[in-house]
Amino acid sequence: MPEPIVSIRDLNKTYKGGYQALKNINLDIYPGEIIALLGPNGAGKTTLISTICGINQPTSGTVTVGGYDTVRDYRETRSLIGLVPQELTTDSFETPWVTVSFSRGLFNKPKDPAYIESVLKDVALWEKKDNKIITLSGGMKRRLLIAKALSHEPRILFLDEPTAGVDVELRRDMWRLVHRLRENGVTVILTTHYIEEAEEMADRVAVIANGEITLVDEKQALMQKLGKKQLILDLSQPLEALPESLPDFDLKLSEDNLQLIYTFESQGERTGITRLMEALRDEGIQFNDLRTAQSSLEEIFVQLVEEA
Amino acid sequence: MNLRAIKSIYAFEMARTRRTILQSVIAPVLSTSLYFVVFGSAIGSRIQEVEGVSYGAFLVPGLIMLSLLTQSISNASFGIYFPKFTGTIYELMSAPVSMIEAVCGYVGAAATKSVMLGLIILLTAFFFVDLRIEHPFLMLLFLILTAITFSLFGFIIGIWADNFEKLQLIPLLVVTPLVFLGGSFYSVSMLSPTWQTITLFNPVLYLVSGFRWSFYEIADVSIWVSLAMITVFMSICLLVLAWIFKTGYRLRS
Ligand SMILES: Nc1ncnc2c1ncn2[C@@H]1O[C@H](COP(=O)(O)OP(=O)(O)O)[C@@H](O)[C@H]1O
Ligand SMILES: [Mg+2]
Repeated sequence: MPEPIVSIRDLNKTYKGGYQALKNINLDIYPGEIIALLGPNGAGKTTLISTICGINQPTSGTVTVGGYDTVRDYRETRSLIGLVPQELTTDSFETPWVTVSFSRGLFNKPKDPAYIESVLKDVALWEKKDNKIITLSGGMKRRLLIAKALSHEPRILFLDEPTAGVDVELRRDMWRLVHRLRENGVTVILTTHYIEEAEEMADRVAVIANGEITLVDEKQALMQKLGKKQLILDLSQPLEALPESLPDFDLKLSEDNLQLIYTFESQGERTGITRLMEALRDEGIQFNDLRTAQSSLEEIFVQLVEEA
Repeated sequence: MNLRAIKSIYAFEMARTRRTILQSVIAPVLSTSLYFVVFGSAIGSRIQEVEGVSYGAFLVPGLIMLSLLTQSISNASFGIYFPKFTGTIYELMSAPVSMIEAVCGYVGAAATKSVMLGLIILLTAFFFVDLRIEHPFLMLLFLILTAITFSLFGFIIGIWADNFEKLQLIPLLVVTPLVFLGGSFYSVSMLSPTWQTITLFNPVLYLVSGFRWSFYEIADVSIWVSLAMITVFMSICLLVLAWIFKTGYRLRS
């Protein structure tokens, strides 16, 4: 296992009003991975990111980035980080070129017009570089914020709800961009309340609810651990009712009576498929085709939040 | 020290002025010219001279101070309030920039603008009255120190304000009255003894008096007292800012 690039230890955050938004968070993030913080609205995702990036002060606990403490060595840690905020906050009367160059200066990097050009091209804003930001669409503004965050060549990129309010097409573009960044060795931490997004983009998923991380795992493992699988059989002949001889199987008949759906624990030792097959043969039930389906993270997530 | 950040903020703020040139320069120049016309000709026809200086010329330092104070405060307070209002301040807060560097950028730009404005008004004044400046360097020193001090004050207001009303409140309710009552348009010696004593509690008196001395060598209080007072104001602002940075007041939750 490589050294984590971000390491969060016993992090608590209580806002001034007394609301505890983060409860004893522990999390390691490794170089080059894409990790999704998945949780419903108000779970504490933005608070967690803000605390790592220096916008909030931790109430207790520590965060290290690249081995540096985010409070004591804030210059080192913040130089490593690019942040794309959740809200579309831009200077309406500036141009993309000016605002991205400004960001680079703010992060103490020497002027590099060629690099700014490449960043603006990466987010498909090169044509718009001299337009007033106020004239850009929402999707363009989002990409502009990404360009600003990348302007100082960060090792770590935080994307807070990168595709909220972005249409499907642009969402796909965003995913491609994130994967390209990862190929260049950038560690990406994104938050989302879309399961689909975590599923599409991330290598690992940390589920956060009510200020607590309830689960962290490889996406595949998570799906397997919690996922139920379904075996779907396309029947040769419609079946009027479930045969009486199969009561101990979790079986359902589809509306049109042409599919038999068997649900089982995917990580279970015995899936029961063999027994089911034998039972079906004994009943003389024939089928043309069969396939399995895995429950999505969405279902897993609902399950987790209900448990929490 | 993140010098590039200071430079970036400074350049960004100066560019904002260029965009709002009408509001930042032309408006103050216009209003000052109006003061010259109204005060200079209307009142000036009654008050011929103040301590051997024509009333029109006597007015000039006070008018420059009036603009310097109000513009320093409004430039600096707006400069930091606006990113808070739009949310773009997230970038500053997550950048490797210390608060001292941020102040250098924002206050530096606001003070530069005010000094430029003061000089423009001075130039304008030459069209209206006969002027002489006995101590040009001292005059510049006063101009710069006042601009910096009141830009610091404006920066504090911009951090404190959480709505536009509050942003306007202090300049409108405190600063403008103090300037008008601080001997900008008259010599304190023209007042009754009671009012003279009250006026001594007005900080603006010391600025105007010292500034006027650099023009005509006439003053309500000693030039050294004026210099000492401006140092005191600046120190107070710096102390308040130090406290703000230490506690993250209204900046970091
Ligand atoms: N500045 C603040 N002051 C007080 N409470 C806050 C503040 N910011 C967020 N909260 C509260 O903290 C909780 C977590 O918010 P947030 O981190 O924005 O959630 P998420 O990003 O997961 O939607 C919410 O209940 C929110 O109301
Ligand atoms: Mg959020």
